[in-house]
Amino acid sequence: MTVTATPSYKWVGTRPVRHDGLEKVTGRARYGADLNLPGMLIGAVLRSPHPHARILSIDTSAAEAMEGVRAVVTGADFPILESEQGGSGEEYVDFRDLCHNVMARDKVLYEGHALAAVAATSRREALAALAAIKVDYEVLPHVIDVDRAMAPDAPILHEDMITEGVDPVPDEPSNVASRYVIDRGDIEKGFAEADVIVEREFVTQPVHQGYIEPHAVVADVGQDGKATVFCSSQGHFMVRSFTALLLGWEPSRVKVIPAEIGGGFGGKTTVYVEPVATRLSQKAGRPVKIVMTRDEVFRATGPTSGSKIRLKVGATSDGKLTAVEGSMAYQAGAFKGSPVSLGCMCAFAPYSVENVLLEGLDVVVNMPKVAAYRAPGAPMASFASETLLDEVAEQLGMDPLEFRLRNAAEEGVRAVYGPIFKRIGFIETVEAVRDHPHYSIELGPNQGRGVASGFWFNFGGSSSATVHINEDGTASVLTGSPDIGGSRASMALMAAEELGIDVYDISPIVSDTESVGYTDVTGGSRVTHATGMAVIDACRNVVADLRARAAMVWDVDVEEVEWVDGRAQHVSGDRAPMTTKDLAIDAAGTGGPITSSAAVNARGAGAAFSTQVCDVEVDPETGAVKILRYTTAQDAGRAIHPSYVEGQMQGGVAQGIGWALNEEYIFDDGGTMENAGFLDYRMPVASDLPMIDTVIVEVPNPGHPYGVRGVGEVGIVPPMAAVANAIHDATGLRLSELPMSPVKVLAAIGANGG
Amino acid sequence: MSRTRVTCTINGDPAEFLCEDDQSLLDALRDVVGLMGVKEGCATGDCGACSVILDGRLTCSCLVFVPEAEGATIETVEGMAGPDGLHPLQETFLEGAALQCGICTPGFLVAGKALLDRNPDPTEEEVRYAIAGNLCRCTGYDKIVRSILDAADRMEEAVPAT
Repeated sequence: MTVTATPSYKWVGTRPVRHDGLEKVTGRARYGADLNLPGMLIGAVLRSPHPHARILSIDTSAAEAMEGVRAVVTGADFPILESEQGGSGEEYVDFRDLCHNVMARDKVLYEGHALAAVAATSRREALAALAAIKVDYEVLPHVIDVDRAMAPDAPILHEDMITEGVDPVPDEPSNVASRYVIDRGDIEKGFAEADVIVEREFVTQPVHQGYIEPHAVVADVGQDGKATVFCSSQGHFMVRSFTALLLGWEPSRVKVIPAEIGGGFGGKTTVYVEPVATRLSQKAGRPVKIVMTRDEVFRATGPTSGSKIRLKVGATSDGKLTAVEGSMAYQAGAFKGSPVSLGCMCAFAPYSVENVLLEGLDVVVNMPKVAAYRAPGAPMASFASETLLDEVAEQLGMDPLEFRLRNAAEEGVRAVYGPIFKRIGFIETVEAVRDHPHYSIELGPNQGRGVASGFWFNFGGSSSATVHINEDGTASVLTGSPDIGGSRASMALMAAEELGIDVYDISPIVSDTESVGYTDVTGGSRVTHATGMAVIDACRNVVADLRARAAMVWDVDVEEVEWVDGRAQHVSGDRAPMTTKDLAIDAAGTGGPITSSAAVNARGAGAAFSTQVCDVEVDPETGAVKILRYTTAQDAGRAIHPSYVEGQMQGGVAQGIGWALNEEYIFDDGGTMENAGFLDYRMPVASDLPMIDTVIVEVPNPGHPYGVRGVGEVGIVPPMAAVANAIHDATGLRLSELPMSPVKVLAAIGANGG
Repeated sequence: MSRTRVTCTINGDPAEFLCEDDQSLLDALRDVVGLMGVKEGCATGDCGACSVILDGRLTCSCLVFVPEAEGATIETVEGMAGPDGLHPLQETFLEGAALQCGICTPGFLVAGKALLDRNPDPTEEEVRYAIAGNLCRCTGYDKIVRSILDAADRMEEAVPAT
């Protein structure tokens, strides 16, 4: 179902089979682990068994002497970088932290932290060599819980970490990297005006992005010192710049060829094994392949933060929010940079609230450095805020959607995080759920219904595109954005719309770092928006060129040539129209090949909103929560390929349901992850879920020629609160800890005398 | 390490190769035979990305030692399309947008085929349980389930009524 109010396009909004689909259903598509080169060595990484320890010595001599071993590296083989902020698009990274994360130096800071690597003639040899490396550790006390990490006697991860954003500047180091504050209006006045005030504390655990493809790379450093790196990532230009930087090289020394990517969700917006494989290849003079195991993926990459959140909300008796106040502490992992500030900004972003005081604390702990995960920082914050809003609505005796509508942000409202909203579609998403048949289906015993909304900024950023018209009148569209879920099809649709040729006459290609201009990572829901704009601009250049060539052939002014349905037409109509093919065949006679490139730094991403309704049944005997029905309404601005928009909406909901009900990192007392595999880290399977109904709302984004808003991320923001609110409706229980696993639900039922 | 000779049938073709005794069928199919459509997501039998049909049974190839495949008949995603075109499951997956990143797709196609081979007219619930051993992190399964149901309908229509 699509709610739309708009012009008609020929291609945009249709559902062609994706251009890369055939390769992917026949097993021919090449992902990160699917390349083998002649003479290739297999690399493996030695990882710390301790969550926090000083490295006293590393002895690699026995490993180096082994028959099949061709190279060994440790931290000493990589330069130590100065503290400097760099970007991969959506997020910022400190390169000093990154170099220590990729290969530990003096200390290991989490179980799984890399500290050496080998390249050998087989995986068996490589693993034997890892076992022969002798490391002398001084084991240090560790801390993973945020409250304990902030306690005065906590073990300190970084002796030089002085909390930023605090006045006066602290004298002593701590694990709090920074404090972020949103302070607007008059918080005391706001609560004084409130008739209802609700306050609660929430706890969430770290969860992993859970992409099915482990990180994989083949690096090949030639005799000229230049590296070719084949890997799957969310941005091969990011891999190029980060790998070069971590090796002390200029970026142009590295060429990255993008493999197909087997899922990322933010987790592949940084590097782990890519610089390591490259250095090993350089030392060995041979190609080196490293493929992580699933265990390594869990212990050494991702996840996103666990959190402790306290929030307080006030509203008047007629349902107007007057004040929100609270504090959020997020686990950053071993290095600073949790998405806590984004959590503060997003929690109440769908609403118009004048009085706001929110504090965010970025806390380092002995677990893997967190990586972006789909709307980073927003889901846990919105679990808290949207649960509280449900409670306020309940106390007011008001329908929760009506309560949201009374406070909904719209065009012209100043967002909680600062800027004034342009045209947005939040209200439309609430209305879509309210008017959906799902919202009035009758519920049975032990069943309940919950709603929740969510916000994500979306990101624009830098993208490049090149369009070539082939001699048969078809077009190749080259971009630098890895296709993580159907973006080639979207690029082709936009190009078909602009050029006026059939979508299957477009060949959308993800090009390597030497064949297309720089492009930021596939993140921030930015590709269809920003890379799409580069494609549109390049196509418009091509159309201008085609018109000029027709004018030349006809010997008329270019203003007299129109481009209609892929053909040049003379305004007077007395010339036979010329198709793209006609003009392409004669390109040499009108100025040479027809080609154009364009580049953008897109600024008008346009905010995304989602409102969702969930029905659950709670088994009072076991505490198990079954999702009965789920409907999600989201503003896509303009759905270029509606099937893949729906897919993003459904995928976000499924990940959110996993986060709500099952998924969590479990650490033992020694700081070891106890569930580093898919058997014990329980992601939703098909039998856990119902169909996920979608309503695509289309409120065009003024910052894009077709009105596109990013659709990839916001869908994961509402589900945790929607499920919690549904459990409340079914049981009367307010659950404030994730995951809401059967054990916790059953305990809550028991505590309630159930 | 000594190697063992394995003789089997892969996607209808006779195959013979040498393997190490503790090598998984997954590794042998990928690195010895060259069938890269068989994917590794976990190597512990929990994700189904390496699904093959081994002597008619849906199997995680990561849990099988290659010598166990001696004399076996193995079907992988590479064998699903033939000279007459794609398997109906491949067609409906494409038309129904049942893949996003696509890494799990070969496993789902093989699991879907294993289901339809023994149950040509499954219910939605039967589909959901038949593919419960396959993880997809992108789609939420909605379009995968619909595409398998659509393929069953398409195959039923193609069979002449008796």
